[in-house]
Amino acid sequence: MAQYTLRLRRFSPETRPEPWWEEVPIDLDPHRSVLDAILDARDRDGTIGIRYSCRAAICGSCGVRVNGRPGLACHRQLGEAAQSSRDGVITVEPMGNMPVLKDLIVDMDAVHWAKIGQVRPWLVVDRPAPEREHLVPHETMVDLTQSMACIQCGACVSDCLSMEVDPPFVGPAALAKAYRFVADPRDAASRERLEDLSDNPHGLYDCTHCFNCIDACPKGVAPMDQIMRLRRTAGSDHGIEDPNNGQRHARGLVDNVRRNRLLDETELLAASYGGRLNPRLLPVVLSSLPALVVALARGKVKVGDLVRLRRRRDGGLRRYFEIVEGRSERIELKLYVSGREDDPGSPAKTPTAAGTSEDAAPSAPGSDAGRPRSGTPRRS
Amino acid sequence: MNVHDVLIIGAGLAGQRAALAAAEAGASVAIVSKVHPVRSHSVAAAGGINASLGAGDSWEEHAGDTVKGSDYLGDQDAIELMCTEAPGEIVHMEHLGVPFHRDEHGRLSMRPFGATSRPRTCYVADITGQAILHVLYEQLLGHRERIERFEEWFVTRLLLDDEGACAGCIARDVRGGDLRLLPAKSTILATGGAGQCYRPTTNASICTGDGIALAYRIGAPLMDMEMIQYHPTTLPVAGILITEGARGEGAHLLNAQGERFMERYAPAKMELASRDVVARAEQTEIEAGRGFPDGTVALDITKVPRRRTIEALREIVNIGRDFAGVDITREPIHVRPSMHYTMGGVRVDTDGATSISGLYAAGETACLSVHGANRLGGNSLLDTLVFGRRAGAHAARRAYETAAPTVAEAALADEEGRIEAIVARGPGGRRLPSMREELGRTMHAHGGMARDAEGLRTAHETVLRLKEEAGNVSIDDRGRLFNHDILGVLELENTIDVAEAIVVSAKERSESRGGHFRTDFPERDDGTWLRHIAVWSDGTGVPAITHHPVTVTRWPVQARSY
Repeated sequence: MAQYTLRLRRFSPETRPEPWWEEVPIDLDPHRSVLDAILDARDRDGTIGIRYSCRAAICGSCGVRVNGRPGLACHRQLGEAAQSSRDGVITVEPMGNMPVLKDLIVDMDAVHWAKIGQVRPWLVVDRPAPEREHLVPHETMVDLTQSMACIQCGACVSDCLSMEVDPPFVGPAALAKAYRFVADPRDAASRERLEDLSDNPHGLYDCTHCFNCIDACPKGVAPMDQIMRLRRTAGSDHGIEDPNNGQRHARGLVDNVRRNRLLDETELLAASYGGRLNPRLLPVVLSSLPALVVALARGKVKVGDLVRLRRRRDGGLRRYFEIVEGRSERIELKLYVSGREDDPGSPAKTPTAAGTSEDAAPSAPGSDAGRPRSGTPRRS
Repeated sequence: MNVHDVLIIGAGLAGQRAALAAAEAGASVAIVSKVHPVRSHSVAAAGGINASLGAGDSWEEHAGDTVKGSDYLGDQDAIELMCTEAPGEIVHMEHLGVPFHRDEHGRLSMRPFGATSRPRTCYVADITGQAILHVLYEQLLGHRERIERFEEWFVTRLLLDDEGACAGCIARDVRGGDLRLLPAKSTILATGGAGQCYRPTTNASICTGDGIALAYRIGAPLMDMEMIQYHPTTLPVAGILITEGARGEGAHLLNAQGERFMERYAPAKMELASRDVVARAEQTEIEAGRGFPDGTVALDITKVPRRRTIEALREIVNIGRDFAGVDITREPIHVRPSMHYTMGGVRVDTDGATSISGLYAAGETACLSVHGANRLGGNSLLDTLVFGRRAGAHAARRAYETAAPTVAEAALADEEGRIEAIVARGPGGRRLPSMREELGRTMHAHGGMARDAEGLRTAHETVLRLKEEAGNVSIDDRGRLFNHDILGVLELENTIDVAEAIVVSAKERSESRGGHFRTDFPERDDGTWLRHIAVWSDGTGVPAITHHPVTVTRWPVQARSY
């Protein structure tokens, strides 16, 4: 037996208007879960509120923050949680980005499920079903299995930085759900779904690639990867113009480098806002003038940079464009790889991206620190 | 008052499937679940779902395997129905969007499973239950106009009208504490099993036999309650399940001496014998001192090619790593049997109708019986879908022919009073956790894998004492928001009632069959016991017992070996 201390965030609006902290001593073995510790505390004080059920990281009920990181309470071991805490006390709080109802219970309907409801979360069919099953490639079904491994626990929503500053953002869980339909060959509305997401001012390009959702997910769904795949499917495969700046920004960057061989940021701003003549550009330029003045004063930008285009030598850049654009299939860049040293980490081809190749299949974030035991996330 | 055509209690696979079927039949549906539907324990069903869809397979073969698996206690007419409807039901799930894994031609792939004569188990990696549950919930969301969802509402009692027909229920909003009458023309119980009668169990903490107890209290007979399944491969900590799919994919069971001991118990099927046989073999090895010091044997999944394990057993790779610190692709993992499934339940016909007019049951809550004395892996998901659909469709049909029931508002006040009395209890009574623990340990020790008259008597006495004590359990929480103390008391009462039915039935059956092993009657006795046992409450406080014949159609009863 080991001695641990839980620092619980309590909230009981019926009795006290403000939340408070409570420290509870716990006598449990280090391999027991943080959920076991919370339930142990609850055995002595039945007023502690937490949702839980399966204790095996499959039902998705017990999403909380442990030492500030989101995940399932049943999926974090006490010993590890104590070690990863700054003062040895295990801090347990409700998840973020959702209103707290009582203690560790948050209102998932108000945020998480409302967002799931935005992506038309059911298969759309437009023709009579075949007599038997649809004939579809095994790899496609395995690929879908990754996004369908989502247990709707809300851990990714809890710590989505974009949602924190932009609450209407569709968000990681709902977009992973959207990918599940877009990538399903049996769905008849893939293009419509992508058009809707592109037209949404809080859609695909609101993600800022912070990786929090990938770290948070206890099931290896890697929501951010699915968001990137939605972007590529919408822009490259369907040629859908996204009215938001994100897509123009990405394209502008590639064109910019192709032409200038080095990024010319003054052009990039204009490209992101739809070109130099776009009326939307002017207020943006005006609003960024103070920053420009400071940058000029500190020598970070030179006056010459603003007016002169400095062409560089090619340096073999053209060849990179030729290689990438000469491919018949798109290479899915797996931004998140949870491989072991003896697994090949080679990129998989569409559509057999993450999920089929051996190094990506089992969920990466583990119980302990939410990080894979053998290998750390490779970030690019 | 708004009267629904069909009220469904429980939103796992059986409940959601029933809701869809009823809505498609044009009924107005209410579905009530004490947790959010995707938290239902169907989510934990890993390995797959059986149907004779493979080349050369036939429903007859599937049914024959099921009959033998049931140790001949299954009713063969019901089994025939389940197996003939299986292919259509699975294809329907595929059409709704379940991403079943495929073979090289893009057709449904099937994996071998326990006690089947050929690969017959369709799967989505090892998250089959989760995949189907989430797809059904997608469909529920798509039928919003017909299906009213009561998520996080706990049903406290069923209502009867003046003629003794079921007229709906009273439910409590877990979130805010309000009680509400939910009158309905037809009511379907689909609350899953009663694993929390036992410790350890693979079942989630929500599996407290609510529907079984609700039906029992208004006089519906419960059948085959003595038939409890222990799953052969669960982790020693917390009873976490390692899917039978692992053995289906080729994993071996080894004792501490490294022997593949199933050779001695089931030379033909080895690890893929029926669950009762494999679980008992493990227990025999462990008790004979050939297990590991932690009371386990080893499951060696390294026999399965690593890439295949990672693709097809994705979830248990994670479980091994996260809950046992074992990389199952490189080393064996320690396992032991734990309580897993309630074969018995509310006695129903093949339309899910109970003996009480207007009351239906489906899935693990119900007993047809298609599983008899031992359920085959891959048949529980099938049971939920086939009989969930049938119950939903039949309940909708009944609703058309039935006038809206009248329910007395007084019932609501009575129930309010009952709940308030629980809240008003002073300290001094026993605490909930110790009562749950005592019930579970007692049932595991005396109502588990090996039973005898004396142990069952002890268990019965304990259960009756706990029933008394439950009337005075002390609670801490007096609030209305998410009061899990009140819920805990009501759930405890449910598990105790179900445990009583299990013990009473187990005492009655003086033979060994399937999951029911009596050390004092170690042989199967077809002469006396090719019969179902049903227990029911006749108001005297002592469960009444009746016997029912087993339906045999085309598979003659014979000796069973694997």
